[in-house]
Amino acid sequence: MAFIPHTAADVEAMLAVIGARSIEQLFEEIPPDLRSRPLAGIPQALNEMEITRLMSRRAATDRVALSFLGAGAYEHHIPAAVWALATRGEFYSSYTPYQAEASQGTLQATYEFQSMIASLTGMQVANASLYDGASALAEALLMAARIRRRPESRRVLVPRAVHPHYRAVARCITSHQGLRLEEVAYDAATGRTLVEALEPYDGEDLAAVAIQQPNFFGVLEDVDGLAEWAGRRGIPLVAIVNPISLALLRPPGEWLAGADVVVGEGQPLGIPLSSGGPYLGFMATRLEHVRQMPGRIAGRTLDLAGDEGFTLTLQAREQHIRRDRATSNICTNQGLMVTAATVYLSLMGPQGLRRVAESCHVRAGELVSALTGIPGVRAAFTGPRFHEAVLQLDRPVEPVLAALERRDILGGLDLAADYPELGHALLVCATETKTRSDIEDFAAALGAVLEARTAA
Amino acid sequence: MAPPREPLIFHASRPGRGATDQWPREPGGAISIPEGLLRSRPPALPEVSELDAVRHFTRLSQLNFSVDTHFYPLGSCTMKYNPKACNALAMLPAFLARHPLAPESRGQGVLACLHELQGMLGEVTGMQAVALGPMAGAQGEFAGVAMILAHHRARGEFARREIIVPEAAHGTNPATARLCGAVVREIPVGADGDVDLEALRAAVGAGTAGIMLTNPSTLGVFERRILQVAEIVHAAGGLLYYDGANLNAIVGRVRPADMGFDVVHVNLHKTFSTPHGGGGPGAGAIGVAETLAPYLPIPIVGREGERYRWLTERDLPLSIGRLSAFMGNVGVLLRAYVYMRLLGREGLSRVAEHAALNANYLLARLVRAGFEAAYPGRRASHELIVTLRREAREQRVTAMDFAKRLLDYGMHAPTTYFPLLVPECLLIEPTETESKETLDAFVAAMVSIEREAREDPERVRRAPHTLPVRRLDDVRAAKRLDLAWTPDGRTADPPR
Repeated sequence: MAFIPHTAADVEAMLAVIGARSIEQLFEEIPPDLRSRPLAGIPQALNEMEITRLMSRRAATDRVALSFLGAGAYEHHIPAAVWALATRGEFYSSYTPYQAEASQGTLQATYEFQSMIASLTGMQVANASLYDGASALAEALLMAARIRRRPESRRVLVPRAVHPHYRAVARCITSHQGLRLEEVAYDAATGRTLVEALEPYDGEDLAAVAIQQPNFFGVLEDVDGLAEWAGRRGIPLVAIVNPISLALLRPPGEWLAGADVVVGEGQPLGIPLSSGGPYLGFMATRLEHVRQMPGRIAGRTLDLAGDEGFTLTLQAREQHIRRDRATSNICTNQGLMVTAATVYLSLMGPQGLRRVAESCHVRAGELVSALTGIPGVRAAFTGPRFHEAVLQLDRPVEPVLAALERRDILGGLDLAADYPELGHALLVCATETKTRSDIEDFAAALGAVLEARTAA
Repeated sequence: MAPPREPLIFHASRPGRGATDQWPREPGGAISIPEGLLRSRPPALPEVSELDAVRHFTRLSQLNFSVDTHFYPLGSCTMKYNPKACNALAMLPAFLARHPLAPESRGQGVLACLHELQGMLGEVTGMQAVALGPMAGAQGEFAGVAMILAHHRARGEFARREIIVPEAAHGTNPATARLCGAVVREIPVGADGDVDLEALRAAVGAGTAGIMLTNPSTLGVFERRILQVAEIVHAAGGLLYYDGANLNAIVGRVRPADMGFDVVHVNLHKTFSTPHGGGGPGAGAIGVAETLAPYLPIPIVGREGERYRWLTERDLPLSIGRLSAFMGNVGVLLRAYVYMRLLGREGLSRVAEHAALNANYLLARLVRAGFEAAYPGRRASHELIVTLRREAREQRVTAMDFAKRLLDYGMHAPTTYFPLLVPECLLIEPTETESKETLDAFVAAMVSIEREAREDPERVRRAPHTLPVRRLDDVRAAKRLDLAWTPDGRTADPPR
């Protein structure tokens, strides 16, 4: 039990070597009144057959539906090879490659990942992952404030069109460093963050400007205009991007004036939705800023014989060396997700990834056309889209979603709580996993639900 | 003997090749995105067949040491066996397919597991409330220190901004305190490995927010005067933070709450055996005493009758906030849940016993073989420290050399040069899942390396000899930065 291999004879022999009468004696340095608490609240052990049955039953209650949910977590096809490889014990039961010579597999995969992320984002270097997209934004803002080199600059501009949870996480983490997130309004007609909305901050002391492309509404921002505004004022620019979209969209490194730090959620790259995690925060930057970057970084070097190999590098930035002067407190990251994403990107290649991005975009366009053809449904914004869109209904969204759910359709995200100013707004998404007939089914169901309710 | 190196996957790339069966069909529609927003050059991703990729990553995996293939006594990391069932059951298709924003009605299965996990972790730590969101130990630490500071602020005690950290602490402790805006105050550890109480008394005061402690400490011994430590810190108005990195030493035997701790994080990837994944993902669940419960990070799983639901800022208006876009590393949490149910009450109480048995056995055998214990006369916790300062002085063979040579013997090295205050140290954590035979083989390897250090020290200094690469030049790696492959072959070397 408990995966402990000891026989009674082993225990006896080992205690004899130690010179202890019992295992209990090994705990003698612990004050007696602290010892041996019962675990009354922990259930009796199950064997593997029993736990399999329990978990299978529970999984079955979480019935899978036809889903048009996005909002930062996206359903994509995951090739079987991705997790067949990532769950090899050699990858998943190893740890941070402190002993480089015994961890070349993890290190090389990480170096390949960094190379792919750098190319996708148009930047020079990437790290070996952060926790998720939202916490990566928090780290990026802290990094941008360090790049700024003006300790008194504490205000950062984050558009209201950035994912609300990302803004919440960034606030939670960076407020302790005195950063103040200031919300930039979006244009009610296009759903874009306009350069004019930044103008009131002209001449103000800012630590960073963040832009999400595509933004939370799925709308494509005028990234050149926004980036140029920040660049001309010497304010570090943080870009938040969807890695799939980068097969199609101009990468932040090629925006006018270019981004200083690029972060995003790597979940679309072969990582299952899994109720929210584990996902994959990624970060890329310019070489000149690499010493301000948080997290592990793999580098290529030479060994004693002059042959190439891989090792963790620039560790003087990190907590185990620099302690309270480190660039971040991060230690354990999302290593296995890096391996999965690297396999995914290798299988897709530039052509496959582009095909995925194009399919997402085309299907989403068809989805918007189909749904806005229903009386009482209209598109909220006119700005160009990637693979999500905000729709406005003629009535509260929540009961409509509930009615769709009864038809085994997850019809999107109700924005009432986060964006009350948008009225009865619904965020929908389509990826390459949705067929035209899925879209027709959704449109038919929504039409029926709205009609039934109108009649009632 | 060593598997051959594997070329970068980019070198296998051929224009026009691809794992085309994985690609979606042509979408059959127009791209309606303004030209100016479109990418002009494709990203430099490899163009390889599925078989190319499968071979490449399979071969890469074979270059790794791992728990599944090698003894991995990396101190402070608890590299125990990760039961296959935990992985398989967390990856049931319905769990993987569930969108984080799907309605709770379509998540009662996963929510039930998480709710029960909260309860079991509360039981093990003695804490009143548990939040599962933090995605690693360091994020759990962040949540804990942020809650301590929030607690003081709520009481109007704005001057309490100092976090006391023993010098032997994990680097994440001072780094976290600093990230939280606190002032770090280090205190010394006595020659016996316990916190210097006089120094602690001198350090506490009106500015004390709290102390961060690992118990057993990173020195591989139990902090015997923990109750006095708690009394001193509490009397000064501070709170106690328990770094759960070493919980495997006491799980089921001692509860952090009973030691006087107010807040704890639990590394589920250590004590509760979720796979380390080559560096993550982990999970840093956090438990708190009643006073801190209102500040817990969201979301938390609540239960109303037979229904489970997410608790958000509406339920917890004083929460320190949100640490992840959704719900932390749910898949990791499910693995920990399965592990705890597999072990149950009886199994969990055996974990610390056998972890301690293995560590003390290894210590006794190594000392008998002539190695020097860093803290002689002390019981080992679940891990132990030997110092190779004599070997370094007499043979000029360092702890790093021993570590690299151990790799040639087919064992992953222990943690080296941590904790920093023990010279030439190896921090060795065998875990409870290793057999006596494995421990005996480790001792035999150490004895053999010791002999080599006397007879042929150069062999040890130049180790490893049998791995895919020889010893790597870390200094060069940091000086001549090569952090990404690029198509033009120009590596990213700094211009300066």
